[in-house]
Amino acid sequence: MSNRKLISFLRIFEKDSVIESVITPIIGLIVGLLIVAIIILLQGVNPITAYQELIFGAIGTKINLFSTLLKFIPLSFTGLAVTLAYRAGVFNIGAEGQLYIGALVATWVAIKVNLPFYLPSLLALISGTIVGGFFAFIPAYLKVEKGINEVLTTILMNYVGINIMGFSVNSFLMEKGQTAPQSPLIERSAHLPIIAKLEGVHLHIGIVLVFVIAFLMHDIFWNTTWGFEIRSVSINIEASKYGGINVKKVIMIVMFVSGAIASLAGSTEVLGVQHRLMENFMIGYGYDGITVALLGGLNPLGVLVAAFFLGALRNGAYSMQIATGIPISIIYVVQAFAILSIISASALYKKFLAEN
Amino acid sequence: METLLELMGITKVFGDNVANDGVNLKIFKGEIHVLLGENGAGKTTLMNCISGLYIPNQGKIFWEGKEIQVKTPQDAVKCGIGMVHQHFMLVDNLTVLENILLSGLRKRFVFLNKKQQKREVLKLMRSYGLDVDLDAQIWQLPVGLRQRVEIIKVLYNDAKLIILDEPTAVLTPYETEELFKVLKFLTAQGRSVIFITHKLEEALRIGDRISVMRRGKIVHTFFSTNVDKNLLVRLMMGEEIEERKKKKSSKVEKDKRETILDVRDLYVKNNQGTIAVKGISLEVGKGEILGIAGVAGNGQSELVEALAGLRLAIKGKVYFKNKDITNAPPRLLRNLGIVHIPEDRHKHGMIGEFSVKENFLIGSYYRYPFSKRMRLQHEYIEEYARMWIKKYNIKVSDIRMKAKYLSGGNQQKLILARELGKFPELIIAAYPTRGLDILATKFVHEKLLEYRDKGTSIIFVSSELDELREVSDRIIVLFRGEIAGSLAAKEADNQTLGFLMAGGAPLFSERK
Repeated sequence: MSNRKLISFLRIFEKDSVIESVITPIIGLIVGLLIVAIIILLQGVNPITAYQELIFGAIGTKINLFSTLLKFIPLSFTGLAVTLAYRAGVFNIGAEGQLYIGALVATWVAIKVNLPFYLPSLLALISGTIVGGFFAFIPAYLKVEKGINEVLTTILMNYVGINIMGFSVNSFLMEKGQTAPQSPLIERSAHLPIIAKLEGVHLHIGIVLVFVIAFLMHDIFWNTTWGFEIRSVSINIEASKYGGINVKKVIMIVMFVSGAIASLAGSTEVLGVQHRLMENFMIGYGYDGITVALLGGLNPLGVLVAAFFLGALRNGAYSMQIATGIPISIIYVVQAFAILSIISASALYKKFLAEN
Repeated sequence: METLLELMGITKVFGDNVANDGVNLKIFKGEIHVLLGENGAGKTTLMNCISGLYIPNQGKIFWEGKEIQVKTPQDAVKCGIGMVHQHFMLVDNLTVLENILLSGLRKRFVFLNKKQQKREVLKLMRSYGLDVDLDAQIWQLPVGLRQRVEIIKVLYNDAKLIILDEPTAVLTPYETEELFKVLKFLTAQGRSVIFITHKLEEALRIGDRISVMRRGKIVHTFFSTNVDKNLLVRLMMGEEIEERKKKKSSKVEKDKRETILDVRDLYVKNNQGTIAVKGISLEVGKGEILGIAGVAGNGQSELVEALAGLRLAIKGKVYFKNKDITNAPPRLLRNLGIVHIPEDRHKHGMIGEFSVKENFLIGSYYRYPFSKRMRLQHEYIEEYARMWIKKYNIKVSDIRMKAKYLSGGNQQKLILARELGKFPELIIAAYPTRGLDILATKFVHEKLLEYRDKGTSIIFVSSELDELREVSDRIIVLFRGEIAGSLAAKEADNQTLGFLMAGGAPLFSERK
């Protein structure tokens, strides 16, 4: 148990009140955008034009909004997964591996199972969560029983997850007669239910799941005995033991659920959007979950806001690149400045409180 | 006498709370000035204003006659003000030398010549007769030596004024004596010391002058040679303290008592893996207070933690009302009616980052009526917390306030209220009055006696002999993990207890 220092540093991001957690990412991103405006100006482009394109690309039309929401869904899942683990004092840096392995299992089940009426998709989601949860459970078990730092093991497990998936789409799950590393298309019956569609862009039911999980998590944290146990463990393990909490059990269960939520990022993407599994199909979403969680004040509802804005940035950046030539990667600079501004603002706020 | 430091009208306000209210204070060169007051009187706040941790809302600070602005701790150090905090500011896994060099604000190195610096530090240590192994890492040192490192740090920055915040709270009597010698020596060199304490005897022993603080103000400053102890107490408390009443011993006759806790041949290891409790057997009867005495580190903490389910016993049995509870988890013990007032309230007793309300939930959050089908019953919990806050007179403005902002005495009262509120059958209280002022200590004693008279059994661990004799019915003395002696509280006197605590040798002699 040696991440206490890191945890207490990250506490600067922690926002318990809903309003604070919703406002923080917005302010952070505005500051980020303002600073990046200077960089854009130095490129010889009018930042106002660039940002107009960015906003148009993100939410300018219904189709653009739908694509933004499709990015919002996996970012929320991984952000929620990281948030949940953090709230129990554990770092889940392994959302990437968990979502890859979840996607793999979901795809495999969706292809193999032949049942009517959305049952295959349900079955696929559930199996994905179980395996994804198990994937996160391994580092948790090693942490509580052997004292191995979960930051290391979850990072390493990412490579295991990514490579098992890569191996699968290159071998038994490879589409027949194809040379590209991808699985065959999934049957219609295994697609996720669509709740809205617009010229080829389909919004699947995953978005409902995101909201359900976020609100459930929020309720559990503050209104249930589970939440009390989880939050106690994150702050003071000794006092938790003293208070009769089974710390090991809490950490293992939380990590299992965290992995399960992360896996949904991958499985819903396959079953709801891409309909087939391709190697390297969503690089970096697991790590982006950490950014989302921190921006969102490590609060489930804040995570939704942060995920939406990051999704919008990503989606809008394409239009901005096409229209003004500003590269997409500029949005990572925006993210970085957003995080930095939140750190400094929170630190100043704390200092202000201490002095008054 | 020459004035080193003068404070004029220092006022510091936190929200609605006036921590310091127009404080005037003069510190002379070469004196030990004791700042005496209850917990929460504003002593530490005042010192934090001097040492740059807080900026006062009003008031002026003069140093050797010139007004100075202390905005950061660095400013204070540059002036020559050094503070030794109650909770040490040391990096556990650096060596003593590294910790000292780290604080060397006056000497900014680009390249660190450790050897040369080590020679300088050694010279400094030798000139003050302070001895510590410079290459040891902090975590390896006992508390007394850690404090010595803090003092060396301060001297390394050539402090003319050394502020010590409750320095003896964590020390054994022997270490306290050593500290006093050092302080006397420092003042003989012309340095000044501000010594914060709430212990009267200490104040009178070490202080040249004593300033009594109460509710953010300095009530009076005395020369310690012409001061009446009773007057000091009255000024500190703002009320007449009645003479301690002779306590009635337990109502139940000794041989008629039913045995509640039965410990047989218990062995427990400490954190270093050596056996700290070596075959202890003891019994606690219904309605009895069993006092446990001993110099710190003789197995008390390990024994308590084993009984409270926080540490595994490697051998032996524990029975509670004839039920085997050896190595039972804390939750089971709580459900049986065993509560634990832990030695270290920050580590075990409370969660500082949680609100006062949530701290009332520790250990009972899973029980009806605090929760119903896993849902916390906020209304009930709030009502419950308010009731106990009122009953125990805990000073809290808002139950949503984080518990870490309460003063030490109020934190302990919170823990006491929470644990005693469970109507326990057995209370395991480890140093429940440590760091508390006289009123709060008295409160804890009264509560323990009140519960004993209701038939609760109590294990009471303390390092204060007077308090042990006063509260306990029976006292056992631990020495090197074994019971060195067991006697009725009536028969015990400080000489006998001291003799037993030192393992049959004179107290505080050198132990190998």
